[in-house]
Amino acid sequence: MADKKIYAIYDDDYVLLESAKHLVSKGIFIRDVFSPFPIHGLDPVIGLKRTRIAITAFIYGMIGVSLALTGMWFFSIQDWPMNIGGKPNFSLWDNLPAFIPVTFEFGVLCAAHGMAITYLLRNWTLPGFKAHNPYLRTTDDRFVMEIHPHDNSVSAEDIKALINETCVLEIDEK
Amino acid sequence: MEYKISKNAKITSSILILVGIIALVIGLTSGHGHHTSQRFWANLLVNGYFFFTISLAALFFLALQYVSQMAWGVTTHRVFQAIMSFMPIGAIVLLIVFIAGAAHIHHLYHWMDPELYVKGGAHYDEIIANKQAYLNTPFFLIRSVIYIAVWMFFAYWLRKKSKEEDALNLAAYADGVSPIYKKSIFMGVLFIFFFAYTSSSSAWDWLMSIDTHWFSTMFGWYSFSGMWVSSMIVAVVLVLYLKSKGYLKEVNDSHIHDLGKWLFAISCLWSYLWFSQFMLIWYSDIPEEVTYYIDRFEHYKLLYVGTFFVNFLLPFFILMSRDAKRNAIFLLPVALIIFIGHWIDVLVMVLPGTMHEEGSLGLVEIGMFLTFLGGFIFAVLTSLSKASLQTKNHPMYDESVHLHH
Repeated sequence: MADKKIYAIYDDDYVLLESAKHLVSKGIFIRDVFSPFPIHGLDPVIGLKRTRIAITAFIYGMIGVSLALTGMWFFSIQDWPMNIGGKPNFSLWDNLPAFIPVTFEFGVLCAAHGMAITYLLRNWTLPGFKAHNPYLRTTDDRFVMEIHPHDNSVSAEDIKALINETCVLEIDEK
Repeated sequence: MEYKISKNAKITSSILILVGIIALVIGLTSGHGHHTSQRFWANLLVNGYFFFTISLAALFFLALQYVSQMAWGVTTHRVFQAIMSFMPIGAIVLLIVFIAGAAHIHHLYHWMDPELYVKGGAHYDEIIANKQAYLNTPFFLIRSVIYIAVWMFFAYWLRKKSKEEDALNLAAYADGVSPIYKKSIFMGVLFIFFFAYTSSSSAWDWLMSIDTHWFSTMFGWYSFSGMWVSSMIVAVVLVLYLKSKGYLKEVNDSHIHDLGKWLFAISCLWSYLWFSQFMLIWYSDIPEEVTYYIDRFEHYKLLYVGTFFVNFLLPFFILMSRDAKRNAIFLLPVALIIFIGHWIDVLVMVLPGTMHEEGSLGLVEIGMFLTFLGGFIFAVLTSLSKASLQTKNHPMYDESVHLHH
């Protein structure tokens, strides 16, 4: 049977941040933190890597730009050359200024939607998915640390003793 | 910490001025008559405008910091105040150009020719005559003097009060907040209100009126974004220079990241406005509007279109990543290249309308640029050495020192 996960519940973001620093200094690995809002300065303490969402945004944006340009080239130059306002329609380059607004908008659209969907998918929080935050009050006024005993070399009892050294509100196991 | 101009900086700026003047003299003496004189005045306008508006945009950004109660930038206040210090010299150059134009010493401003307004005369120009209510020499000069005087008053006031603020004893005030800070917010609001109108109208008067028949509703914003990005470039380069000399210890990577973000963002704003102005006119293809672009595409295509691509693509792709904005190895080359790019942008706003097909980027242009650059560097560094590099008693100073993201 797998170990139970240990949850340390706090009622203040700053207290949680200080407690996390204390636990990490004792060699405890904190698996995750649930909080109603981002806690400034917490990421490096619990060893979170920098997000790579910006790289995906760039890739989605470039996909959008290429799709838009290819599409417009095919619709209004290759497949059925269209003469709008006497603008040249022989090649993509000749007509490029007219295509830029749509290209720009489509690039932004793809970057934004791609980024949002990637984020929700990566967190497993797409609409309709079952929420998996352990305590509903972490969406309101509680701050919770999740610690897995098997991540650490010390026993669950020792971890709980260490948590008790901090200003913790409640320790729970699930 | 006090800043002292190093000997090298003094020598460098003197050499720039000297080389510039030599190039200018060679360029001018190898030219001929009317053409040379027009070229000289056109370049005086280009550089007077370019460097004056860098100072002006620094004043705008400083006022913006007060108005938006921006905390992160407090450690760079003195840098922006120093960039403002070129205003008097730039103002004198601009006023000389305008007064010389009014005295018909040069013909940069075609509409200053009185024969255009003689009804039935050989040179009567109905379009320009219809603009006479606004575009006439006395009103133009009055407007120019008002813009410059009011802008310089705000620059003088913010600088003076910021120095006074250093000497305050905050314990003497009930709320412990410097009263000068509160007043500065109010003055910042007044300045931005005034600047919102005059940044556009000064661009119409000083640059757009060169191509008198032509008009663009985007021109004010386009030249405003150009001056803003040039000013951010100077701020970034100056901060990096001072840091490399061991000054500005309070400015950390996060501040440089923020300045880099502004450089990136305003480059995009400038490119957006450049392209929007071009695209709308290209699309509608109305003769009275396309003249501006025909002048530029026929004789200045490389300079005009080339600078657009450089000024847009270089900062966009190189400075997009977070690490590049924090690293002088990426930031500095991009900043220096697009600094030249934005100078060429002003050059191509002025030359086609004043030199027509005879304008070029030659010795006169480069010489004048180097002369002004040397003077600008010297003025900014001198101003920087006249006050402590950090303000005191600004309520958000500590917050700025601890900036981290």
